[in-house]
Amino acid sequence: MSEVIHAGQQDDHHDDHHDHGPDKGLARWLFTTNHKDIGTLYLWFSFAMFLVGGVMALVIRTELFQPGLQFVNPEFFNQMTTNHGLIMVFGAIMPAFVGLANWLVPMQVGAPDMALPRMNNLSFWILPFAFGIMISTLFMEGGGPNFGWTFYAPLSTTYAPDSVTFFIFAVHLMGASSIMGSINIIATILNMRAPGMTLMKMPLFIWTWLITAYLLIAVMPVLAGAVTMMLFDIHFGTSFFNAAGGGDPVMFQHIFWFFGHPEVYIMILPAFGVISHIIPAFARKTLFGYDSMVYAVASIAFLSFIVWAHHMFTVGMPLAGQLFFMYTTMLIAIPTGVKVFNWTATMWRGSMTFETPMLFAIAFVVLFTIGGFSGLMLAITPVDYQYHDTYFVVAHFHYVLVPGALFSIIAAVYFWFPKWTGKMYNETLGKLHFWLSFIGVNITFFPQHFSGLAGMPRRIPDYPLQFADFNMVSSVGAFIFGFSQLFFLYVIIHGIRSGTPAKARAWEGAKGLEWTLPSPAPYHSFTHPPKVTDEEVHA
Amino acid sequence: MTTNAQSSEIKRTVRKLCLIVLAMAAFAWALVPLYDLFCEITGLNGKTGGPYTYDPATTSPDTSRLVKVNFITNTNQGMVWDFWSEKGGVRVHPGELKEVNFYVRNTTDRVMVGQAIPSLVPVSATQYFHKTECFCFNQQILQPGEEMVMPMRFIVGRELPTNVQSINLSYALFDITEAMGDAVVTGG
Repeated sequence: MSEVIHAGQQDDHHDDHHDHGPDKGLARWLFTTNHKDIGTLYLWFSFAMFLVGGVMALVIRTELFQPGLQFVNPEFFNQMTTNHGLIMVFGAIMPAFVGLANWLVPMQVGAPDMALPRMNNLSFWILPFAFGIMISTLFMEGGGPNFGWTFYAPLSTTYAPDSVTFFIFAVHLMGASSIMGSINIIATILNMRAPGMTLMKMPLFIWTWLITAYLLIAVMPVLAGAVTMMLFDIHFGTSFFNAAGGGDPVMFQHIFWFFGHPEVYIMILPAFGVISHIIPAFARKTLFGYDSMVYAVASIAFLSFIVWAHHMFTVGMPLAGQLFFMYTTMLIAIPTGVKVFNWTATMWRGSMTFETPMLFAIAFVVLFTIGGFSGLMLAITPVDYQYHDTYFVVAHFHYVLVPGALFSIIAAVYFWFPKWTGKMYNETLGKLHFWLSFIGVNITFFPQHFSGLAGMPRRIPDYPLQFADFNMVSSVGAFIFGFSQLFFLYVIIHGIRSGTPAKARAWEGAKGLEWTLPSPAPYHSFTHPPKVTDEEVHA
Repeated sequence: MTTNAQSSEIKRTVRKLCLIVLAMAAFAWALVPLYDLFCEITGLNGKTGGPYTYDPATTSPDTSRLVKVNFITNTNQGMVWDFWSEKGGVRVHPGELKEVNFYVRNTTDRVMVGQAIPSLVPVSATQYFHKTECFCFNQQILQPGEEMVMPMRFIVGRELPTNVQSINLSYALFDITEAMGDAVVTGG
């Protein structure tokens, strides 16, 4: 039935839009308002930033390969840890998810484009400038930001390098971009769904992005406020975070983490959505517990606002505060557990096959859960005093961000690659990429649990001899993982150039309106709203 | 493409979302006074309050209890003055007025301005630690080589929770010469 609808669409497409194809050359990308073009721009940009941040990670791991100072001086090392964090969070993971949203939201809700296509162009094109400014600080006198990605005051105010002002403006730009992107996504989802797609029939990627976008517009202004206060403290003699003038440096941490904790979920909720599409497709079953998935995401988003101080248990907090933040943090394990249970139950007795997206999705479930458990350990206030600011924390958040958020993005790229390009990537190469990544990521980050528990602090260029073995293993893993992402680039380019043509429904178990479109998806799709049929919605 | 009805719906949504953004931006700035207020009420950040008026007629010392008050002095952010207290600590009855002298010496050859910031633990005692006079209420302007005696008078409130047996009062001395500007230094 969907085939019929979609044939009709093709005709319309030819009748109405023969003169609306993409422009030629650079102008197409500079002035585009097409959600598919902008999605592509976001994805390539985030991949470029991923490589830049990855090079910084490899500088860090090279220095830590052996104890002692070998390659870089400590000042530069600090700039590397800071910029690695900032670029991976704001430049790689977040734009990649926005890129996925651009590609998928209109196609999955049956809309012709995003609600505000011109603002969409602006929200992307701000980003290269923001990161251009931020990366340029590394070449300035006094160096770039060196205060950690959390930029705690007064390290980022009184003791900051002069380039901190550029950093502040870069953060403002990133915030503006994210807010505009989110407004666009919410407006599209709320107003442009095809008739018949009620809220509880929306695909889970749409649900998770809707909630993520609300989180973004709620906390990005708070981040902007925090950096503006820093700017005032540095240049206009105010004392927001300066104790001598009556301010409080601890207040910076509260404001930062009030932004920072929801930010953590901004980077993982869309991943939950992606995984909720891939696992049912390759288990050839409908998703288990759709409604509970939606409620779980909503609860996680709500809880993210009231747990922030678990990042700062050691700052000096009354017992009641520690207990409150400990219990609310542990509460998050319940909706997260519901999600992991549902993914597992979806696979249960399914007719599973293990193509590359599925491999990444299963690895996501397993490794993200490991990261979740180490998070639970960190939530226990009394033991957090031991774990705080050690490599255990580094291991924890890399487990949720690399085999968590990043694996879900890679899985999404493989899964929707045929829809975007009309070609199939080479399955053998994809699987090889998966195994290299999977082995690399575990060799890199698993030993960091042990060095952290043994007391190795984070953000140091040198360490006692007892941590030498774990660090050497970790560095070897980092290089395996890093170079296997160059291989990912090769797999993608190979797929685009010489992949075999893909069918409209590239995966036989894949459901959703986007699979009713031909592959590659036409430049303009769903110019007339499609009919939403029961077999295409998950509920 | 988008119909007229749809585009007015979109406009309405966007307007609402912009309001959320503005509200959250306002909230970020409101966090500053809210944080101060919260700390003032709960004493959570260990900042002791401003000048306290002491009426000896209505307050009698609670001789059944003795509380140890320890003093810690340190200098912060490259402050080069010497800063010390006459005693490391004193034992007081709750409700009893006590005076302790603190000293600063400007060891440099220029006029400097200092500001001491108090911090008290346990935080549950913050609200019951009253100061009738403290050098932290104002700034100190010292000529080169000048030394100054700074008395600090305090009363530990009788309502102090009984589980608090000792209080640590720490002062961090900051160099605020630059922030005060040249006018203050040359004028003083």
